Amino acid sequence: MYEFNYQKVESVSAAVAALKNADDGKFLAGGQTMLPTMKHRLASPSDVIDLSGIAELKGIKASADTVTIGAMTTHAEVAASPEVQKAIPALAGLAGNIGDPAVRNRGTLGGSIANNDPAADYPAAVIALGATVKTDRREIAGDDFFTGMFETALEEDEIIVSVSFPVPRAAAYMKFENPASRYAIVGVFVAETSDGIRIGVTGATPCAHRGLRLEAALAGKLDSAALDSVELPVDKMNSDIHASAEYRAHLVKVMAKRAVDACN
Amino acid sequence: MKATGIGASVRRKEDRRFLLGKGRYTDDIDVAGLTHAVFLRSPHAHAVIKSINSSAARAAPGVIAVFTGDDLAADGIGPLICGVTVTSDDGEPHRAPAHPALAQGKVNYVGDHVAVVIAETVEQARDAAELIEVDYDVLPAVTSTASAADAGQQQIHEVAPNNVCFNWPFGDKAAVEEVFASAHKVSRLDLVNNRMVTNPMEPRAALGEFNSGTDEITLHLTTQNPHVHRLVLSAFNQLAPEHKLRVVGPDVGGGFGAKIFVYAEELVVGWACRKVNRPVKWTADRTEAFLADAHGRDHVSTAEMAMDENGKFLALRVHTKANLGAYLSTFGTMVPSYLYAFLLAGQYATPLIYSEVKAVFTNTAPVDASRGAGRPEATYLLERLVDVCAQDMKLDPAEIRRRNFIPVDAFPYQTPVVQCYDSGDYNAALDLALELADYAGFSARAEEAKARGKRRGIGISSYVEACGIAPSAAVGQLGGGVGLWESAQVRFNPTGNVQVFTGTHSHGQGHETTFAQLVCDQLGVPIENIEVIHGDTARTQFGMGTYGSRSLAVGGVAIARACDKLIAKGKKIAAHALEADEGDIEFADGSFSVAGTDKAMSIAEVAFNAYVPHSYPEGVEPGFDENAFFDPINFSFPAGTHICEVEVDPDTGVVEIVKYSAVDDFGRLINPMIVEGQVHGGIAHGVGQAMLEVCRYEDDGQLLTASFMDYAMPRADNLPSFDVGYAPTHPPDNPLGVKGCGEAGAIGAPPAVINAIVNALNVKHLDMPATPENVWRAAQAAQA
Ligand SMILES: Cc1cc2nc3c(=O)[nH]c(=O)nc-3n(C[C@H](O)[C@H](O)[C@H](O)COP(=O)(O)OP(=O)(O)OC[C@H]3O[C@@H](n4cnc5c(N)ncnc54)[C@H](O)[C@@H]3O)c2cc1C
Repeated sequence: MYEFNYQKVESVSAAVAALKNADDGKFLAGGQTMLPTMKHRLASPSDVIDLSGIAELKGIKASADTVTIGAMTTHAEVAASPEVQKAIPALAGLAGNIGDPAVRNRGTLGGSIANNDPAADYPAAVIALGATVKTDRREIAGDDFFTGMFETALEEDEIIVSVSFPVPRAAAYMKFENPASRYAIVGVFVAETSDGIRIGVTGATPCAHRGLRLEAALAGKLDSAALDSVELPVDKMNSDIHASAEYRAHLVKVMAKRAVDACN
Repeated sequence: MKATGIGASVRRKEDRRFLLGKGRYTDDIDVAGLTHAVFLRSPHAHAVIKSINSSAARAAPGVIAVFTGDDLAADGIGPLICGVTVTSDDGEPHRAPAHPALAQGKVNYVGDHVAVVIAETVEQARDAAELIEVDYDVLPAVTSTASAADAGQQQIHEVAPNNVCFNWPFGDKAAVEEVFASAHKVSRLDLVNNRMVTNPMEPRAALGEFNSGTDEITLHLTTQNPHVHRLVLSAFNQLAPEHKLRVVGPDVGGGFGAKIFVYAEELVVGWACRKVNRPVKWTADRTEAFLADAHGRDHVSTAEMAMDENGKFLALRVHTKANLGAYLSTFGTMVPSYLYAFLLAGQYATPLIYSEVKAVFTNTAPVDASRGAGRPEATYLLERLVDVCAQDMKLDPAEIRRRNFIPVDAFPYQTPVVQCYDSGDYNAALDLALELADYAGFSARAEEAKARGKRRGIGISSYVEACGIAPSAAVGQLGGGVGLWESAQVRFNPTGNVQVFTGTHSHGQGHETTFAQLVCDQLGVPIENIEVIHGDTARTQFGMGTYGSRSLAVGGVAIARACDKLIAKGKKIAAHALEADEGDIEFADGSFSVAGTDKAMSIAEVAFNAYVPHSYPEGVEPGFDENAFFDPINFSFPAGTHICEVEVDPDTGVVEIVKYSAVDDFGRLINPMIVEGQVHGGIAHGVGQAMLEVCRYEDDGQLLTASFMDYAMPRADNLPSFDVGYAPTHPPDNPLGVKGCGEAGAIGAPPAVINAIVNALNVKHLDMPATPENVWRAAQAAQA
């Protein structure tokens, strides 16, 4: 790790101000991605602005049709939340299977989606559920939030405050884990929403995406057999030592079918 | 059986300190004036170093010194050595390129040692290391085991033409060819034994302290063999004379072979602490462990079996290419030769065996012993081939094994490949394993799984291995530079408690408990009054350390021999005190008594008399403290049958191990709980190799699997609850009747798992690791 200035702030506005004043500042949430990167000397922010003291970024609120989760809420808190378990059990299950207990007790929703790792789980849920990302200055639709590999619609100094997830009629997440890291080689989130059936796919491509081909094949019905004939573009898939593009394309279909079945 | 004696599952004495966080590992040790070493490592797999400019690094804050290979050479330190000679087919010894601890003009793998920075803090040393300018002339890299020796390949070392270290044929080639020519059937298999990173939990570390008053260096190391480290560092690396060098292996968090070897960092830290006259510490981070620990396995082989019409094995022929990495590690040459080819008979009475091993250099980390060392490679090859033979002969895999087993009345059994097996009852182990696995019920379970869209498979592996390493004369004949006896000292204190000094080293094996049980059983001393001491050349007599499942089979016998001497001496002392004839004294349960009388005294009283010899037998030395050295007359040969049952999801290729049954012959068990733990850990290791682990280099020599995010280790949820059983036989050559158990699981498991998966998919073969994608592809191909 290189040396850096550490600042702990108590409000969103103070955090934004601190970042603006820094040479090359970074917000720190759970640190589960950022600290390993810094330890490996792959990142060297001049200032680390710790968000953990900001009360307004924490907590879970549920109404009849929406669950709103503060950006600094940990994966463990989401997994254990009775409100989330009741309204969107698939989301609680997703959070409860991220990483290991240490990661879940530190890592946060805001950190996960701001980081937008191509193999992260939350992006699939944000897309499939048609969630809205609320920041210190605007609201961003889930469909528009993830823009590329490790890239989002956020501006440099923009802070995620919370994410609102509309409560679906049914939803399921199927993750095919990387045997080493246990991140998603492929993860498919299927949700039956007021907007119809929506599918979010993570792990398969450089950035989580909406499974439009899969959605089209389902044509509004939760019938997994309808997915058998879908052709997914192998050339768009990631390929690495853990899974080839061809295998990933195949897994997207298998996981999608299993998620559809689990919705029923 | 005593509650804490031989055969009792005594809870591990050492666990209290480990569970309370009171273990003391090398990196935990803090000393006044400590400095920190960071190694600058090569980012290239193969390059000439044109120049190194470290002036900016030397001037950086907190930096005490920067050293390169020239500094080591100027002091006459190094190079690192390989301790076992293998004679190549041209009659010359294996090719041994120079292995400097810090590079001299050239680097040969990513992670190779270029320079070391010593600074006040680790971070300062890291900062400074980044300031060292190295001008490299990058050369093409060689990484493939299969093609490293091919014509036209980039040459790595001048002394090793075609990148060949040795080509080592063993056996009667012509006789084997003749049998193959006329055999009823020949089964053949090409297979790869995947390269592994051993990954003990505690990374390697070294702490060097120099006392300018006594001229003595003390080195705390993550070592499995402190005396071997001291000997090699002293006699071959010129670090310091043996009596001025103390090596301590304090608590060590796992070794699995990777901490046997003498590494560059250890030598450099030992030398640098004198150079800067301050203590120097180095601890590897996990990336360094991946890059620069010795790796394991990495063979590419062809195996062929000639059979008669009944499936009887007539001759075995094996061709293997073994990757030794960029340099020879301490025992690198021995693993794919003597520890491999001499185990190719397995459990079978195959009369003729011919093998040829070509060991090659590549631009990868050195390869050396890793749990099992050579024996897992031999077992995997043989047990996979046997299943192919069964397939070809349309015989049940259990049946073809039975037809070829060495019969129980043939022991001791001289194999055609040097080893003479001590004892074994291979049918007994197979029978029990088949029963534990409910082999008979398998087809019903397979049908039931099929109805759920899954495919079940069952796989057998009948292994034999050589432990209790090793008779010194045999080691010498084979070109080994050491004797592999073991030592012990058993010391009574005047108050009657006992200190046991062993030349072995415990880094997870539970010696502090098992050895205490031995002494408790033999001398009748309560186990809480016995302390086992190991791992410090200043405290224990010379000993060879722990590897090759030798600690109990060799070191345990040395302890028993020292106890014998104490009993013999005690009889003299007791006879004097009890006013009886020495010949009338009996010893049992910690008490010396006069036969046929109620006159007796405890061993603690005898010890007291020995230290306070006011009334004492004439001619007997005072003191109650004996040592013994034991050199075994043979290896020991644990064996067993492991049966794995898997369920494959053909849609994803995911394999679940639904049942795993292991039946082993380890001879007599001293602590069954510890033995079972070793079996469990070994199987986990073997399952890891079979299904998860593979060390992969890019063609340019970059290590692709350099962290746990990319290198998959087995975890609890990859494993079922194991069914463990024993089919012990008595090894006549071992005075304690023990065989060794530390490696068996890692040896038996890989073929059991792969045989099961191959059976489920109904294919001929699948290389390890059987990752979901590999299994899915095999399933697709089998269907097509
Ligand atoms: C061993 C391990 C296993 C893991 N396994 C998984 C897994 O299976 N699935 C999975 O999805 N993830 C996994 N993760 C990642 C984990 O979920 C992280 O918690 C997450 O990616 C980052 O969240 P964080 O709170 O730790 O963020 P940090 O690491 O603190 O920050 C990450 C990035 O987000 C920015 N950031 C943080 N909060 C905000 C905010 N409110 N507004 C704007 N920017 C912000 C930071 O500036 C930084 O750039 C794993 C991590 C580890 C170490």
